[in-house]
Amino acid sequence: MSVRSTARALPTMLRVAFAEAVAYRAEVLVWMLATTMPLIMLALWLAVAREGPVGRLGETELIAYFLSTFIVRQFTGSWACWQINTEVRDGTLAMRLLRPVHPMLAYAAEQLVSVPVRGIFSLPIAIAGLIWLGTAPFPHDPLVWMGWALSMLGAWLISLFVNFIVGCSSLFLESSLKIMDIWLALFFVFSGYLIPVELFPPIVRAIGDWLPFRYQIGLPVELMTGVYDRAASLTMLGRQWLMVVVLGAFTAFVWRRGIGRFAAYGG
Amino acid sequence: MRRYLHLLAAQIRTSTLLGLQYRVDFVLDGIIEIFWALTAIVPLFIVFSKRESVAGWSFGESLLVVAWFTLLTGVLEGAIHPSLAAVVEHVRKGTLDFVLLKPADAQFLVSTARFQPWRAVNAVTAMILFVLAFRKIGHGPTPWGIAGALALLAAAMVILYSLGILTVSAAFHVVRVDNLSQLFSSIFDAARWPVAVFRGALRLVFTFVIPLALMTTYPSLALLGRLPWHAFVLSFVVAIVFAAGSRAIWLRAISQYTSAGG
Repeated sequence: MSVRSTARALPTMLRVAFAEAVAYRAEVLVWMLATTMPLIMLALWLAVAREGPVGRLGETELIAYFLSTFIVRQFTGSWACWQINTEVRDGTLAMRLLRPVHPMLAYAAEQLVSVPVRGIFSLPIAIAGLIWLGTAPFPHDPLVWMGWALSMLGAWLISLFVNFIVGCSSLFLESSLKIMDIWLALFFVFSGYLIPVELFPPIVRAIGDWLPFRYQIGLPVELMTGVYDRAASLTMLGRQWLMVVVLGAFTAFVWRRGIGRFAAYGG
Repeated sequence: MRRYLHLLAAQIRTSTLLGLQYRVDFVLDGIIEIFWALTAIVPLFIVFSKRESVAGWSFGESLLVVAWFTLLTGVLEGAIHPSLAAVVEHVRKGTLDFVLLKPADAQFLVSTARFQPWRAVNAVTAMILFVLAFRKIGHGPTPWGIAGALALLAAAMVILYSLGILTVSAAFHVVRVDNLSQLFSSIFDAARWPVAVFRGALRLVFTFVIPLALMTTYPSLALLGRLPWHAFVLSFVVAIVFAAGSRAIWLRAISQYTSAGG
């Protein structure tokens, strides 16, 4: 499992995964439609804002916020946990172990190719949003946008690592989908996906700063909608990447301990 | 008719036993259900910490809508989605043929094939929410309000079930229905809020196309004694249209079904 053979295999892996992703176009579309929750929350918050702005957020800011949420979610979603659970149970993980590429890397490649596919679908929504709102609600500092790109990568990695950790814990628990259910419930509430993090009471917000959820959605969205100045952006990015490193290390640990227990049920 | 009642009892009994087979799962699932319901009302608390009322609905009144939503989610996930999943598996494996050969109505058989009894926890959560909501509002519902709301609940369940059958009929064309039911749930999520929150086209869609308003907002209004009678009648008309429409589409889908096994 050398670095060289992995690097050589990577383009082919991406190509195969991309072909698979494009083969189920209808499926991708259905999944995208299933993540329209931010748009429903937008309708709710607009109803709240009709009588006047909510904190800092007026109608324009709310529309910008939830459209950004929709887009960030499209790009940073991950489903590796479900995949690992299935493959542990039916034994196909054994096949992945035989290949000269680390299974985690293969899963990551499969998730990565969904990014351009989802991009094709979310781009029209992003453009419509820009036409609707103009560029005023979004930051004009190129440095902030570089930070945003970094935060998107960080958010993607956090989602991926969490999926890996919960997925690999199925090696200890037979099925870890219920743990994922609990994670998702917390994620929906505390990530900024349904409620802008700034609207939470201060105590909840302070706790949330040290949990991974808001770095999966909230941070990229806040950078996109110009909540922070440069210094604050850097602090938040620092925390996010700290989270990435910790979760990455934990993923490696869980994988190493878990794979020793793997017994291919499928035979 | 009596035969079908016997059949229903038998089907419910077997799926309850199946559900009880894994006791740890049973308890865990119950806990997770309650947990989901609790996290689902967090947005409500945040919204009403900023405002006294939203689109003319107070906190207590909105909580009432959430209670109906929780109750119907229990129905959806306890009785409708499991059966949907069962049909899809039949179609994929080609075992639907066995169902079609049985001497009872196929739609009845597939829709009663699987229940997930622990989802009944949702009904308990809903009752707690109802009590809390009326305590916030300050007065209870009238007997007439309760009777009307129960009638509307029946209509709502018919609509929900018909939407389920329509999804199954779609499954004959798009085999991967696990994400269709995902889509279904995420659209149904909008029913958590009073329909007054939505404006323009979205409100029309949620009243007539995917009649979410009829399922949660109208029963709440009935309990509050504020539902106009024409909306009451409308609910039943829509329920009948959906039931008849989904039946017709199901029969069409079945008649065009060619076995997968052969």
